[in-house]
Amino acid sequence: MLTEVGRGGGAADPPTCALAPGLLAAAPGGGVEFVFISLLNGVTYGLLLFMLSSGLTLIFSMMGILNFAHASFYMLGAYFAHQISRHIGFWPALFLAPLLVGAVGAAIERYGIRKAHRFGHVAELLFTFGLSFLSVEAVQLIWGKAVVDYRVPRSLEGTLFTIYSTTFPVYKGFMMLVSVGMLLSLYALLTRTRIGLIIQAALSRPDMVQALGHDVPRIFTLVFGGGAALAGLAGVIGGNAFVTEPNMAAAVGPIVFVVVVVGGLGSLAGAFVASLSIGVLQTFMVGFDYSILDLARFLGVKLQATSSLARLSLTQFAPIMPYVLMVLILIFRPRGIMGARET
Amino acid sequence: MTAIALLDRRRLLGLLMVALVILIAPLALSKGFFLSLLCRIGIMTIFALSYNMLLGQTGLLSFGHAVYFGLGAFATLHVLNGMAGASVHLPVTLLPLLGGAAGLLFGVVFGYVTTRRAGTTFAMISLGIGEMVAASSLMFPAFFGGEGGISGNRVTGKGWFGINYGTPLQMYYLIAFWAVLCAAAIFALSQTPLGRLANAVRDNPERVQFIGYNPQWIRYLMVVLAGFFAGVAGGLSGLQYEIVTAEALSDYTSGIVILMAFVGGIGSFYGPVIGAVLVTVLQVAVAGVTPAWPLYFGLFFLLIVLYAPGGIAGILVEHRAVWRAGLLRTLAPAYLLAALPAAMLASGIIAMVEMAYALVNGPQRGTTQLQILFLPLDGATVASWTFPLAMVGLGLFLLSRAWRSVAQQWQRVNAALQARGTLRASAAVPSEVR
Repeated sequence: MLTEVGRGGGAADPPTCALAPGLLAAAPGGGVEFVFISLLNGVTYGLLLFMLSSGLTLIFSMMGILNFAHASFYMLGAYFAHQISRHIGFWPALFLAPLLVGAVGAAIERYGIRKAHRFGHVAELLFTFGLSFLSVEAVQLIWGKAVVDYRVPRSLEGTLFTIYSTTFPVYKGFMMLVSVGMLLSLYALLTRTRIGLIIQAALSRPDMVQALGHDVPRIFTLVFGGGAALAGLAGVIGGNAFVTEPNMAAAVGPIVFVVVVVGGLGSLAGAFVASLSIGVLQTFMVGFDYSILDLARFLGVKLQATSSLARLSLTQFAPIMPYVLMVLILIFRPRGIMGARET
Repeated sequence: MTAIALLDRRRLLGLLMVALVILIAPLALSKGFFLSLLCRIGIMTIFALSYNMLLGQTGLLSFGHAVYFGLGAFATLHVLNGMAGASVHLPVTLLPLLGGAAGLLFGVVFGYVTTRRAGTTFAMISLGIGEMVAASSLMFPAFFGGEGGISGNRVTGKGWFGINYGTPLQMYYLIAFWAVLCAAAIFALSQTPLGRLANAVRDNPERVQFIGYNPQWIRYLMVVLAGFFAGVAGGLSGLQYEIVTAEALSDYTSGIVILMAFVGGIGSFYGPVIGAVLVTVLQVAVAGVTPAWPLYFGLFFLLIVLYAPGGIAGILVEHRAVWRAGLLRTLAPAYLLAALPAAMLASGIIAMVEMAYALVNGPQRGTTQLQILFLPLDGATVASWTFPLAMVGLGLFLLSRAWRSVAQQWQRVNAALQARGTLRASAAVPSEVR
């Protein structure tokens, strides 16, 4: 699902796609089946989006850096996991790959972004833009341009449960479990630990935190590395569920930016709400193969089927939905769903 | 600034030289390959200059400038195709203006949303708008032509004085004409009160607001005008290639224009022109030599961002001041000293990258061996890797040493310049945009 979102092409997620034609009209329980499965798929996708956007929004609110290369960490996570799982298996990769990505992120912050910071935020943004450009090339250099064979581990293959005729794979359940676990531990880290307390303080009053003797630059490096690691984790569990290829960062990157804007810049809670709603909304739209024409027919209005706009179905509209949502939010509520300040 | 001050003798001479080069370049390099390269340079020059109206002049980092370029191209080709069967004929010479009008129109629509904020938020929103347009190109195949794009034929009639753009040379002069006109217009615009206010909005929006102007409105105007020029460039590219695909609207095109403008230098007017020439030549010439050129160029871009945010033009401006003061001799030995390890480092990196490519593509090529200059290398052997690795390590170490002496000499030069009252001309970069 992730890959076709940004590009607007390609096949839809198999479970929802299989549902789309026989929607509602199918079995007696078709409606319930569709709603339930789409909801589950949407929440899985939304949680993955949150794993990406949480790091981005934390980094942004703390350092004012909009990390253009954030989705590149997602890609790196998937490729690292692919490489590690080929040698020592998926389970070590689940832990090692995010750590590696986090280390890469911390190094980039320490030796690159901190240097670019002298020239202001535009230079930082351009630096991360250059990194995202470079990371795609580097990945192509090492792993080639084609899709790599990064698969779901055998122990997580199979069906978790079946509703009427639709199956829900075990791996999707595992993805949800990891996402929720990550969410809870992030929450606990930020609110229940000492380092979380300092991070929160550095969010709003970095000078004061510095004056109290904390090494704020090091906290920045830590947060940047942590955000990168979260994106890497999303790549580890998303790369095999969807597809691992050099284009995957470009496909998901803009959506993550949209999530952060819609949720409100710097707001974790906002990013959570926005991720879930965009995930669920988009999954439902992929499943609804209805157009304005169908709506008119349903209402009993006769409409000439000449306009391509009228024939446009919701499914086709799904790829641009997040961007339209962003534009609407910017016009009617510029600070986003939960943003504290105007963006 | 008066017209007289702008056109002192030196500048006039320089402009005449440029005009002469533009006029005779296609005659000297009349091969089809060079001509198409020159055409592409002309188109990209307009595009990069229009982009710099945003980034350099107004401090707006846009990640979606290809929207105006692409939509201008699509609009031009649709009109061109529409003319084929219609009784009304627009002269092809003026069709780029139509592309510009399309760019302007979409600038009016999208600019309203994007320019509500400046700084990083503007960057994000422009990215979102760019992705929205790029994604919708597959939703409306009737207008965008789906995967294949739309194509047309620019030779529609006899044309004015028999110039119907049937030959590439005629097309080159059309592009050159519009490129010169657009460059002059963009330069003139930068000298108007609007251009000056745009600079002020870039540097200190609060103060602009304080003296009674609306920064948001100025940003909006600049986006709309930049959209116009990007549309002209798009229209020209539509006429030149007689085909437009969704790639013209894509994040790739948006990214390339950022690279061109920034590497060339956003602090001076001609910086983006340098960037447009450089990137286009690299795209066409180096791409034939090595498939890894985007990687090298990406590294070069990062170096520019980190060490020379004024771009190539900024470096030139700095050294011109030194040269005029006759102090270039002070710098030269240190530069020569640094050049050797820099070359070592670069060749080490190039050797490693090329070997990696050979290794990855080995199964298709049937061999992992390659030859750089006279050096035979094999991506699959450890021995081949040790030598470049050593070069990189040694190069890095020596360069960091040599760089110290360069910095020392620069300090001396700056002190001398200050003593003479000519302050070092530093390239203007919008530093704080928040």
